Amino acid sequence: MNADSLVGRNLLSINDLSATGLAEVLEVAESFVEVSGRSVKKIPALKGKVVASLFFEESTRTRLSFETAAKRLSADVLSLAVASSSVKKGESLKDTIETIESLGIDAVVLRHRSSGAPHQVAGWVKGARVINAGDGTHEHPSQALIDLFTVRRALAERQGVESRDSGLSLLKGAKVLIIGDINHSRVARSEMLAYAKAGAQVRVIGPGTLLPSDVGIFGAQRADDLEKELANADVVSLLRMQEERGSGDFVPSLHEFSALYGIDERRAALIRPDAVITHPGPMVRGVEVSSAVADDPRMLVRQQVANGVPIRMAILFLALSTPGESLHG
Amino acid sequence: MAELIMIQGGTAVFDSGTRQVDLIIRDGVIAEIGERLSVPAGAEVLNAEQAWVGPGFVDLHAHLREPGGEAAETVASGAAAGVKGGYSALVAMPNTVPAIDSVPVAAHVLDLGRRSMLDVVPAGAITIDRAGERSAPMGELAALGLTFFTDDGMGVQRAGVMRRAMLYAKGLRLTLAQHCEDESLAGGGCMNASALSSRLGLAGRPAIAEEAMVARDLLLAEHTGASLHLLHLSTARSLEMVKAAKARGIAVTAEVAPHHFTLTEACCEGYDPLFKVHPPLRGASDVQALAQGLRMREIDAVATDHAPHAPETKDRPFDEATPGMLGLETAFGLTLEALGGDDADPVLLFELLSRNPARIAKLTAGDERRHGLSAHGGDLSVGSDANLVVVDPSTSWVVDRNQLASLARNTPYDGRTIRGRIRHTVVAGSLVLNDGEFTR
Amino acid sequence: MANRERRHTRHPGAAFVVHADVMSADDVARALTRMAHEIVERNHGIDDVVIVGLQTGGLELAEALVARLEQITGVAPPLGALDVAFYRDDLGLRPVLPEAVTSIPGDLTGKRVVIVDDVLFTGRTIRAALNALGDFGRAASIQLCVGVDRGHRELPIRPDYVGKNLPTARDEMVDVSLEGVQLGRMVPR
Repeated sequence: MNADSLVGRNLLSINDLSATGLAEVLEVAESFVEVSGRSVKKIPALKGKVVASLFFEESTRTRLSFETAAKRLSADVLSLAVASSSVKKGESLKDTIETIESLGIDAVVLRHRSSGAPHQVAGWVKGARVINAGDGTHEHPSQALIDLFTVRRALAERQGVESRDSGLSLLKGAKVLIIGDINHSRVARSEMLAYAKAGAQVRVIGPGTLLPSDVGIFGAQRADDLEKELANADVVSLLRMQEERGSGDFVPSLHEFSALYGIDERRAALIRPDAVITHPGPMVRGVEVSSAVADDPRMLVRQQVANGVPIRMAILFLALSTPGESLHG
Repeated sequence: MAELIMIQGGTAVFDSGTRQVDLIIRDGVIAEIGERLSVPAGAEVLNAEQAWVGPGFVDLHAHLREPGGEAAETVASGAAAGVKGGYSALVAMPNTVPAIDSVPVAAHVLDLGRRSMLDVVPAGAITIDRAGERSAPMGELAALGLTFFTDDGMGVQRAGVMRRAMLYAKGLRLTLAQHCEDESLAGGGCMNASALSSRLGLAGRPAIAEEAMVARDLLLAEHTGASLHLLHLSTARSLEMVKAAKARGIAVTAEVAPHHFTLTEACCEGYDPLFKVHPPLRGASDVQALAQGLRMREIDAVATDHAPHAPETKDRPFDEATPGMLGLETAFGLTLEALGGDDADPVLLFELLSRNPARIAKLTAGDERRHGLSAHGGDLSVGSDANLVVVDPSTSWVVDRNQLASLARNTPYDGRTIRGRIRHTVVAGSLVLNDGEFTR
Repeated sequence: MANRERRHTRHPGAAFVVHADVMSADDVARALTRMAHEIVERNHGIDDVVIVGLQTGGLELAEALVARLEQITGVAPPLGALDVAFYRDDLGLRPVLPEAVTSIPGDLTGKRVVIVDDVLFTGRTIRAALNALGDFGRAASIQLCVGVDRGHRELPIRPDYVGKNLPTARDEMVDVSLEGVQLGRMVPR
């Protein structure tokens, strides 16, 4: 827990990393941004390694992003499409993992509807690294790392400095406001932990039914005056209303949620011009964000998508490296 | 039952205190009690030195899974686990498949019990199929000798249904036992609702879900005058309410399960479904309050909520895994520890594990309906039925999930060192466990 | 000096103890000038020549070499930097964390690329560099310039320009910078 480096380790929760470990992922990802800009976007770093991508819950963009990352590192990708698999025939998660592992894999990228499934899988596998690609309402660490990376680059650009080698300095002290359904959002949990670890001041706001009883355990504080907070924030993080997790049952209507917490043009005007807005996507226009705001120049959602691949390359590269003594030459 | 047994050199635990005596058991009853008795010819002599001799334990809360769940446990295997844990009688919970909500199923379980190592009495369901709607035929089941009714696994959710059941049960002198959790508050949850559940991203079953139903049922019991037993209470607040209700003269008894006074919610941190149980493991202050409640005699009984599960129902994600854990083979040592280990009062221990539960299940010599079974939980006296246990309070052992008599392996205590070992168990005058080993 | 410190601090459990000063700063400067002349001679000028320093030890020498080439020809050839961490074949034997920027000036197709590194040892870094450069275009030729060739090759790789040939023991370490060349050993702290 709280390791200074992801090298050779699982990534199950943001809590697996210290601030140093977090910064390492961001720095390595900078190198992979450069790789992604080349005409030949593939490097042989993970040649011969096998990465299994197991998505027990549909998520096209996260799956494609992880699989693209693995392929750019020259790893072989074994992709289990749940709809056509033995899981549908009643095979247990444990048996599925044992079967996949017997094929000889080095890492499992796991998305599951149940919180903690990646922790359990990490206990069942014998040698493979486990990367959490989103579990239930628990965490989505790679998304939070993407968001920090994107925000770091955007803040660096605004301040005219290099983001590379800047560590967490640009994020330190930044005022981050997370709005919406915190309770059902694994992105929010990972973001709160990651921003807090980076030294940012994290505040959350949303309907009482959609906030955890104690956000202090995530290093965040509850706020209640949306308009005042918007004017103060350096980073505004919007979340998707997760109707599939029942978050719609916790507010009288999405319309009312949108009226109280949605970011429309009037509220967007309160956000400082040099602030940034993030959204893990897909955006539900008209609920958490109005259509005009979705296209606001401060909105980083496209950069977030683009940065998905380098961050996930960094995660796979680090997790699949082995700590060892270096020899010069 | 023509066994002749002598229990030699032990500390007998009577209702009123302890005394160094030998006991001789003949024809199913205690034939002699006295200091340094001579060994009768042909007697099996049981060594009770450094050990306590008391009435066999009675569990108010065992899931024996038969019929319907024989892969996890059978009446026979559950009974064996009970004997190994020092029990001479078990109340079998009715959440079988089909549920014990009709005479044929109840008669079947009684029959399976008669062929097992100890006395098994089924609890009947309060409602048909434990669905919380139509009443089960409590009168017909009472005619078979059933006195204890519950929909355990699920509380009776609707107050109106519970009130009617209480009015009906009162007329038949039956006890209703409630699993207190309001599903509109707990539904979908899989661990205690707390900062930890929030961090783990697991939906919570809040304490208030239990407490709201405890409060409701105490009011209903007062209102109807029915006899109410509260199953596996898990919070300090629930205990406080029971204490206040008893002071008001409400006919209520309460049990706690060993896992609730030994394990905290922190066990759930690794997402191991072995620690998933309803009601859930709570925070440290509740755990301490329950242990304290045992020592203060604010709780009537320790009941195991022994809940065997086949591995495939536990090797699942935490939210999908079935709730429940084993308890029969570990309850004694854990209760001893909660009562203070070396300082534990053996009289209190036998109250909690034997005498009070026997009274609640109406299995004592004074109860007229006992399914034709022998009497349990009595004071040690010449002529009384010989349901006895000899326990060694100072020897430690290590729990090994693969060495359990239960068919299931879902103990949360695997690898834990437990002080307090069951040496001998005598059921209806017959030696079934001799120095920790089954006799047949 | 920054590079030297960086290299040395990557060994948290050991210290670099020097037992011989092999070249002075002047010796290094003379060697660089000689190698710059050799590059001009061999390539008949520096048209199409691209200098690529390997991160991190080769970059300082590459920069100095570019400066010499500019003095000699009046034109500074393009300078690139390459981090070969991702191309190594010994991932798992050593921490191969990327520690520096890769920036290659344009497509290398048709260029005469001179790889510059501080020390040539097993040859594995150069093999990785050759693989990496392949991803930036089809160079007309690739040449190798090293500050010190210390022997112990594990691959069929030979330098085109050498500052100094230095016989070493396998467990010795060579440190090359513009301030000089030192031979020493890593000693556990």
